[in-house]
Amino acid sequence: MDFRDSPEEAAFRSRLRAWIAENNPRLPVSSTDDEYWDRQGEWHTALYDAGFFGLSWPSRFGGLDLPPVFDVILDEELAAAGAPPRPSLGYLVQGITTHGSDAVQTRFLPGLISGRERWCQGFSEPDAGSDLASLRTTAQRHGDDYVIQGHKIWTSYSDVADWCFLLARTDPGVPKHKGLSAFAVPMHQPGIEQRPLRMINGITKEFGQVVFDEARVPAENMIGEPGEGWRIAMTIVSHEREPGEVGYVARYAKTVKDLEKTVRRDPGAFRSDQREAVAWAYVQAEMLRLHVRRRLSERLDGLHHGPGGSIDKILMTWVEQTVGAAALSVAGSRAVIDGDEVALKIYLYSRAQSVMGGTSQIQKNIIATRILGLPVA
Amino acid sequence: MDIRDTPEQAELRRTARRLARELGPRTVADLDDRKRIERLVEAVRDAGWLDLRQDGGDGGPLASGVEAAIIADALGEAVADVPFIGPILAADLARRAGARPIAGAVVALSADLLGAAVVSGAATDAPILAVDHAAHGRAAPYVLVPDGDGYLLALVEAEDASDGTDLTRAICRVPAAVPVRAIPDQSRRLTREDLDAWAALGLALTSADLVGVMRGVLDITVAYAQQRRQYGVAIGTFQAVQHLLAEARCLMEGAFSAALYPAWAVDELGPDEARAAGRVAKAYCARAARTVCETAVQVHGGIGNTWECIVHVYLRRALLSSQWFGDDGEQLRQLERTRLGMIDGLP
Repeated sequence: MDFRDSPEEAAFRSRLRAWIAENNPRLPVSSTDDEYWDRQGEWHTALYDAGFFGLSWPSRFGGLDLPPVFDVILDEELAAAGAPPRPSLGYLVQGITTHGSDAVQTRFLPGLISGRERWCQGFSEPDAGSDLASLRTTAQRHGDDYVIQGHKIWTSYSDVADWCFLLARTDPGVPKHKGLSAFAVPMHQPGIEQRPLRMINGITKEFGQVVFDEARVPAENMIGEPGEGWRIAMTIVSHEREPGEVGYVARYAKTVKDLEKTVRRDPGAFRSDQREAVAWAYVQAEMLRLHVRRRLSERLDGLHHGPGGSIDKILMTWVEQTVGAAALSVAGSRAVIDGDEVALKIYLYSRAQSVMGGTSQIQKNIIATRILGLPVA
Repeated sequence: MDIRDTPEQAELRRTARRLARELGPRTVADLDDRKRIERLVEAVRDAGWLDLRQDGGDGGPLASGVEAAIIADALGEAVADVPFIGPILAADLARRAGARPIAGAVVALSADLLGAAVVSGAATDAPILAVDHAAHGRAAPYVLVPDGDGYLLALVEAEDASDGTDLTRAICRVPAAVPVRAIPDQSRRLTREDLDAWAALGLALTSADLVGVMRGVLDITVAYAQQRRQYGVAIGTFQAVQHLLAEARCLMEGAFSAALYPAWAVDELGPDEARAAGRVAKAYCARAARTVCETAVQVHGGIGNTWECIVHVYLRRALLSSQWFGDDGEQLRQLERTRLGMIDGLP
């Protein structure tokens, strides 16, 4: 057990720190402002071009082949500098590398990793949320193409996406989990309509709905085999639940740092419960940072796609919502007088964490039955 | 950075868990089985675990805080009724003072259990406590005596163990007016930094114990939820019960991740940093352990509220390990002081 940086890790950390000092885009707090999402693409390519993104992914697809623990160094340094978190798309990379053919990997991974091609994820539907396998979007074979008909929702960043990682029903004649397939669908085509959604904290650039009306996707863009869609979706969502994959540690640590700075300026102006809320948020964020160190260290034994991500997702949710509650507490009356108050937006956004990527209730079902071994009802 | 157990640490973890499971109490009645306790005490002594923080010859300890935490975790998991953290902390402090180790000794704590007892006169001036003292043939507990700009170790006599809250570790009282005996042959005075580093070890080991308690009580409770039937099915079939247990598992995993860091930091980082890491871990583990043990009582239903059900043995152990070096509220107060510039409402 060694928490210390190896010489290579230390050298990487100091190069990274120097680069961030020069290149921090000083974006608004993530997920509280549309400007953040407008400029997120720039941040992705800047990080990538400087050699600080795609650290643990294969070099033949533009990654750097580094051990997984380099990602936590990235998170820690971004947080320390108050820079935006790394783009969270590792779960899509995991889905494509685990299930995609060589041709699919070669075609899509380099653009996804470098940020030159932007992606969204088309899984949920208005009538298929937690019960994802009941989704109704169809993909029917017509010659060399599949034709897509359906309605997706919670498709984050779909308005700027070049590609959609789409889950659709290709075989309605088999049980619901078996008739699904995955595709890389080009988003710039006439059969696709964007319907942005406004989140409860006011931002409009993150959430969206996408309607597919005779949109087309070449058959060669299928990811995995026909009927493999459910397995692929499970690989993706299991990693989407891992803070080590999505890089949110940096986001929480930055907010906690800002809260500490606010209180430190005039500690006597805050009640003891407000100070305790900040101290507890710090403890939670530290726990998660250390938990990610543990999980990424475990990956040195090889990557597993298992139900453990559900534990990580619950921990991450508790952290985000503790930090959000601390922001609300410290802001006090400001949070209700000014609807634009950042603390309010952080708090409101934090409520989504127990829903996105699978609700906390679904995660607890998974932990109970697949990790604790309790009987399925 | 690679925070996995080394192969040796993984082996130690397996060995310690096996030994603790075999010789620890399975039932409340087992707590009265003197023969079993003797075998457990002997096994821990013979394994050399009580010596881990003694001088390894170069002034440093024989083994790191990580090894000590691995054992504390395993003993907590089995609510093993054998002194470990107490003697380990005493050996660590004696090493820092350059004093010969005294087998089975512990460091007496102030009545609030937050740190080592300091006695400035010829006798104790207030009641102090020896936690995790060996029940039989015990040695006199250490106290700190101010000396110049540091402290020397000295000895006092403790009374017999009284019935404490924790049924697995003894607390012996040292009343006021007990004479203090000097210890010859101490090669150095303990500094503030020594005591901070020592407190960091205390925070790390009590956190590790809490992690073990959580794992142990959760295993028992999951097994109970699989057996206990109501409405014709195992109660573990009900989502209301499943979600309680799932949350408890998450708390245990988070606590484990938080508790590893201070155990490593004790020997690898400066006293301030190690102690801060210990405070974070202890705050998290103390809160988590309370919730996990309360969940265990709840899932056991009426039986969980009876003396004969072993669940309260875990809860009681968690309560002592939480208070020992300060519970979550105390750690948060200290973090507010260091990170926000506040203490007790005063900047």
